[in-house]
Amino acid sequence: MPATVTPEAVEATVVETLATFGPDAGDVTRAATFDALDIDSLDLVELSQVIEEEYGVVLKGDDVKDIKTVGEAIDLVVARASS
Amino acid sequence: MREGCALVTGGSRGIGAATARALAADGWRVGINYRSDRDAAEQVLRDIESGGGRALPLAADVSDPAAAAGMFDEIEQRFGPVLVLVNNAGVRADGLSPQLEDDDWQRVIDTNLSAAFRTTRRALPQMLRARFGRIVNVASVVGPRANAGQANYAASKAGLIGLTKTVAVEVARRGVTVNAVAPGFVDTDLTADIPRDIADAVPARRPGTPEEVAACVAFLAGERAGYVTGTTLTVDGGMSA
Repeated sequence: MPATVTPEAVEATVVETLATFGPDAGDVTRAATFDALDIDSLDLVELSQVIEEEYGVVLKGDDVKDIKTVGEAIDLVVARASS
Repeated sequence: MREGCALVTGGSRGIGAATARALAADGWRVGINYRSDRDAAEQVLRDIESGGGRALPLAADVSDPAAAAGMFDEIEQRFGPVLVLVNNAGVRADGLSPQLEDDDWQRVIDTNLSAAFRTTRRALPQMLRARFGRIVNVASVVGPRANAGQANYAASKAGLIGLTKTVAVEVARRGVTVNAVAPGFVDTDLTADIPRDIADAVPARRPGTPEEVAACVAFLAGERAGYVTGTTLTVDGGMSA
C-alpha cells in the first residue's frame, strides 16, 4: 500500500531523498532551488522513482521539467495525489 | 561480490550462452533468457551449476513487452536487481530491400532494437540506485558498415549503437556504463547458413568463437572497465580494420 500523502510526509521523503544526492539535508529547504543544490535532471528521475514507490504518484519527464525548487516538487506531488 | 545479478537475453545459444557462462565464472548469478530452446538453456544452466555458479533459465520472447516485463519480475524476485544486462537476443530476416516484407523489417527491429531499449529502461532505475550498473549491447559490424541483404538487421544494429552512446552519457555520473560489442563473422547458429569461405575475407582467416566475444562482454561488464562507456568494441578478426 502506498503511504498516505500528506504535505509533511512528502516533504520528509523529498528532503531525505535529495540529501542522498549530495547536498546537506539542512540546505534542502522548500525555497532552495535545484540549481543551488546541484540537483540535476537525473536526480529528479530518481526522485520520481522514489515518489512513485512510496506514494503511487507517477511523475513523467514533462511533469518535472519546469519545477525549480524543492517546494514546487513537494506541491506537485501533493496536488497529483489529491487529483 | 555485489548483490544482484546478470541477465543475458538470448542466453541459450551462441554468443549469449558463452556470455552467460563467462559472467557466471566471474561470480555473477545469471539469468539465461531464451525464447524457444529450453533444452539449450538448461544445458547452459547445468554448465554453470557444475562450475559452482548459480543461474536461472527465463523463457520470454523479449520482443513482447509483457513477456520481457515478466522476465524481470521473475529474476528480481529470485536473484535481486539486475546490475549487469547483456542485450544479446537477435534475429535475422535477410532480403534485398525491394523485397523485404514489413514483417521482416518489424520483427528484426522489435527484437534487436526495441527490446533492448525496453530492458534497458527497466533495468536502469535499480542500477542508478545501486550506483553501479553494466549494460552491454551485442551489436554487429553490420550497421556501422553496409551488408547487402540486411537493411533491417543493419538498421537495428546501427540503432543499437546509437542507443548505447546516448544512454551512456545520460547515466555515466551514476557509475553505470553502457557499451556495445560489434562481432564480425562468428561461428554460431545465426551464421550457420553463411558459406564458411567468407572467412577468407577476414584478416584472421577464421571465424570468431562465441567465447572470444563473450570475453569482451565480460570485460565490459567487469569492475575494471568502469571508465569505459559509450563505446563499441569491435570483435571481428580485423575485418573492419
